[in-house]
Amino acid sequence: MSSLSSSSVAARDIVALEGVTKRFPGIVANDSIDLSIRPGEVHVLLGENGAGKSTLIGMLSGLQQPDEGRILVDGKPTPITSPRHALALGIGTVFQHMMLVPTLTVAENLLLGGPWWQRPRTEELAARVAEITSTLGITVKLHAKISELSLGEQQQVEILRAMVRNSRLLILDESTSMLTPTGIDELGALMRRLVEQGLSIVFITHKLKEAAAFGDRISVLKLGRKVGEIPPERFRTLGEQEIISEIVELMFGQQKDDPEAVDRPIRTVRAEAAPLLQVADLAVAPTDNAPGLSSISFEIRPGEILGIAGIDGNGQKQLAEALAGQRVATGGSVRLEGTAIETLSVGERRQRGLRYLTDDRLGEGTVGTFPVSINFFLKQVGTAPFWRNGFEQRAEIDKRAAQLVREYDVRTPSLKTPVARLSGGNIQKVLLARELAEGAKVVIFNKPTYGLDLANTLASRQRIRDTAARGLAVLLISTDLEELLSICDRIAVIANGALVGTVENVDDARTKVGRLMIGLAA
Amino acid sequence: MNGLFSEVFLSALLFGAITAAIPLLLAGLGEQMSEKAGVLNIGIEGMMLAGAYLGFVGAFYSGSLWLGFLTGAAGGVAVALIMALLCVRIGLNQIVIGIALTLGLEGLTALLHHFQFSRSYPRLPAADATVIPLLSDIPVIGSAFFKHHLIVYLAVALVFGMGYLYRRTQLGLNLQAAGDKPAALDVAGIDVIKTRTIAVLTTGALAGLGGAYLANVGAGLFIPFITNGAGFLGIVLAMLARGRPIWVLFGALLFGVCLSLTTAMQVAGINIPTDVIQMLPFLAVMIMLVLFGRRASLPAALGIPYERGAR
Amino acid sequence: MSIDTAPTVSATALDATSGAATRRDILHRLLMTLGPILAALVIAGCILLAVGVDPLAYYGYVLEKGLFSPLGIQQTLTRMAPLLFLAAGLIVAFRAGMWNLGGDGQFLLGAVTAAASAPVFVQLMPAWLALICSFLIAAVVAMIWSLVPALLRAYQGVNEIITTLMMTFLGTSLANVLVKLVFRDPGTTVPQTRTLPVEDRLPRLFDTTITSGLLLGLAAIIIVHLVMTRTAFGLKLRIVGANPRAAVHAGLGVPGLTIAVFAISAGLVGLAGAVDIIGVQGNVRADWNPAYGLAVIPAVFLARMNGFAAIGFVFLLSVLSIGGESAARRLGVPNHFTLVLVSIVLIVLALAEYIDHRYNQSRRA
Repeated sequence: MSSLSSSSVAARDIVALEGVTKRFPGIVANDSIDLSIRPGEVHVLLGENGAGKSTLIGMLSGLQQPDEGRILVDGKPTPITSPRHALALGIGTVFQHMMLVPTLTVAENLLLGGPWWQRPRTEELAARVAEITSTLGITVKLHAKISELSLGEQQQVEILRAMVRNSRLLILDESTSMLTPTGIDELGALMRRLVEQGLSIVFITHKLKEAAAFGDRISVLKLGRKVGEIPPERFRTLGEQEIISEIVELMFGQQKDDPEAVDRPIRTVRAEAAPLLQVADLAVAPTDNAPGLSSISFEIRPGEILGIAGIDGNGQKQLAEALAGQRVATGGSVRLEGTAIETLSVGERRQRGLRYLTDDRLGEGTVGTFPVSINFFLKQVGTAPFWRNGFEQRAEIDKRAAQLVREYDVRTPSLKTPVARLSGGNIQKVLLARELAEGAKVVIFNKPTYGLDLANTLASRQRIRDTAARGLAVLLISTDLEELLSICDRIAVIANGALVGTVENVDDARTKVGRLMIGLAA
Repeated sequence: MNGLFSEVFLSALLFGAITAAIPLLLAGLGEQMSEKAGVLNIGIEGMMLAGAYLGFVGAFYSGSLWLGFLTGAAGGVAVALIMALLCVRIGLNQIVIGIALTLGLEGLTALLHHFQFSRSYPRLPAADATVIPLLSDIPVIGSAFFKHHLIVYLAVALVFGMGYLYRRTQLGLNLQAAGDKPAALDVAGIDVIKTRTIAVLTTGALAGLGGAYLANVGAGLFIPFITNGAGFLGIVLAMLARGRPIWVLFGALLFGVCLSLTTAMQVAGINIPTDVIQMLPFLAVMIMLVLFGRRASLPAALGIPYERGAR
Repeated sequence: MSIDTAPTVSATALDATSGAATRRDILHRLLMTLGPILAALVIAGCILLAVGVDPLAYYGYVLEKGLFSPLGIQQTLTRMAPLLFLAAGLIVAFRAGMWNLGGDGQFLLGAVTAAASAPVFVQLMPAWLALICSFLIAAVVAMIWSLVPALLRAYQGVNEIITTLMMTFLGTSLANVLVKLVFRDPGTTVPQTRTLPVEDRLPRLFDTTITSGLLLGLAAIIIVHLVMTRTAFGLKLRIVGANPRAAVHAGLGVPGLTIAVFAISAGLVGLAGAVDIIGVQGNVRADWNPAYGLAVIPAVFLARMNGFAAIGFVFLLSVLSIGGESAARRLGVPNHFTLVLVSIVLIVLALAEYIDHRYNQSRRA
């Protein structure tokens, strides 16, 4: 590269951001961010959800344009106008949500983007892929349909796609959230080999450990601002624990302790109390795009929080849906306060006190275009006092909705505001209010803090603790191990649709759960 | 009743079936391309009418059928351009705009016809057939299949051309990606809007050509509402064919035979209302749907406008 | 809009703010509706100019014949009766997210069964009971006709656009077969059903020629509107329409609701056919197909599936079509022009809504 001859330090950057700002209605997603990305480095972008990581990637990959500031490529100011332009500049992105066409084969997906009049050059591709995969030590089935591949394999295809296109800069967006612990290690090793070949990698994550393990340089984002950077020189001199505590300081300000690690209050779960929820040998048949469940058994007593840990996509959602009655179970029994409920409908289960707080807040939890007030009662349509003889009692609905808005601190312009206009945290409060309202006995939380900012995350966790403290049984499904460790009484691990073990949440729980997650005995 | 099974009759029946099937085939192939790319094109009936009217005008004033086909296709493209602008570019509701375009073109072509031709009702001379040597000498089949206007053979060839396009070219991949996962196509560096626009305009060209064939070769004249639901039939064919052009051909032929049979029965003086026979293909398809109606595999993003960055 | 800028309002102040906004909303809506209609009239006027017709004279004549002449307004109001039933049926389906494009087939089958049954019933029972029975039969037949698309959609997930389109082709042909073969009046040479004597038809209103079917149609659409907006059942249907997955999550029986939607929608469309026959036509002639189904869809869209607004648009549509029919005879402009006008209104309105939405978005940002 000619830039080597240049004396300017900035010229060594493959890509540099200078004072980049991006605004969306209501929020500043990125606030004058400076960033320099150099060859042969894994640059970790660390930040919690909502810190502005995705927006930053959107701008680097040409999906969005900055409102202020500029992006320099090879030292020259270059607006990245489209994904095509980004690719031409050598910037390849592996998105958090897989960007592959499920109905096409691996080869066809890799070929996507060629000149339209051409025949896809399959032979050429096969040779090129063989060349790349041999140096990287991965194998790829070129003629398999994407829909037949596991998420880890799909990710490899995406990385391969960036390589096939001669990318100089590879952006990996939250790439470990879908992987098993071994898969994460493999990805780490792969990234190392790639940077050794002279590539730059931007690795986005919200997990401190990964940042410390895989990075050469770490930039920390917080609420749209870059709050700090650890350059490689410093990085090399520090041990893993030191790096982590330094990052924590950057992310959470003065307080040294991890704010998420609230001391778990010692609750006394009365061991002699009869279980509120008993599940025995629950089974669900697998479908095209979801794993099945096999012989799931557990019990939850009043006031107890049982956590379900595991890599995303191992049957967590299916478990929650089968318990709630949304998914047909092929076998097993579910008992609420001793009575079998497995044959009951969703509505009947809810009426008896089984509540399910979904992780898909806008997709199925609410009707986005409906007002906040109606969304509080979506699961009670037709019941008194909100409906009498089938007729809506608007005054009753508004009265109760206003009460819930106050009680759960939902920040909404008005009760009539379409719920989709609220922030994720406030939508979650609407769901919490709905599910925890009168009559709840057993509550299933599915990834309750996914995508929330820190304040809302902490508030939601407190809600869950309070729920258990009221004597309800709680099933907490989460992919965030820290969350489970900070809240649960016991943690069960799910893998491939089966519970592979249950651990009491005491001192060595972290190691035990970790061992179960990678397929070892606790 | 002898006449019903005579060679001449059978031959005429099949000849009529092909003639009736071609507009449906072209409409179905066109709609299929839009749907593959993720655009539900309800306005195809309007595109056919535009093609029929302009195709007739072109052929009538120039005296050349080929120029008529050209103006017909251009008419379809013009309507498709509105559809592409409103539904693909700025993402308005495809069903609303589709119905608006169909209604509008029904009215507009009827209106123009009224002011231009309603006194004279001009007709075009019968279209010249391209007789294929040797093959056309086969009894029955010969004069049924191999004595058509050249455009008929081209339309059938198009079926295989489309098949090749979808399975063997980069554009085929792009189209499928635009319908199944537009965001993936976008990050691969291909403009989704452009890809879908190409698909919609091609639909317009094919539908316009189908309309022009209907007016210029099938009927020899333009009358208001001449398409009589052929565009909607094209939508049905495209949805049932699940992305395979060859199935559009089979479907079009099935409907063509039934349409031809209704004419033939009238000629033969058989006393069954033609409506009975017109019902047959729909009945067959509905029964098939009831028996084998698993989830029709439509593109995942069908009917959803693409907006970059929206998830 | 003011309500969007205020981040938080205490719960007690909620009602006052939204009350003020509603009035502005209505004004805004009115502007957003009338503006595009005016623009569409201008564009359509240009088309008239192009074919050599004075648009002002045409519009004036249409208004005079469809709205301001005593006979015209009576015809307009009579025409509204079946259209209102159709609009009511479509509102139910569209609000529940089901694209019932099979209106014409359901309409004709309802019409034919009403035409076939009414003349028989009036000889067997009192006229009022006979008419009620005919209405019921028409509704039930149309409901049964919608059962196949309903079941396929509810249990097999087959797209209802294809199935209802096919059923409408099938229904149109079947209606003709029934007229020609089964219910044919032996006393006439042209194939048509037996004619219901004028005195047995739906009574006219006061001393006018307006059919009392108008009142039935108004009642139907208002009831549908109230059911959709004020009742638990209507809310359930709207949930299914707005977010089917949320409906499953909330424990609604989606397949059952789907079938109910199709049944109610088709039933109302069948009643539209019946009210046209029993109120106005008296019989069904072979190959009769007014194709109201497709024409009413724009009115329902323009009304944004609001029942009261739909009454207004159906009225407008009736004025245009009655006035257009007179203009066709007098000015030589075929009434197909109405289709052009409706289409332009629809497109301009959709565009205006888009621009308005964009404008609001950029202001908020």
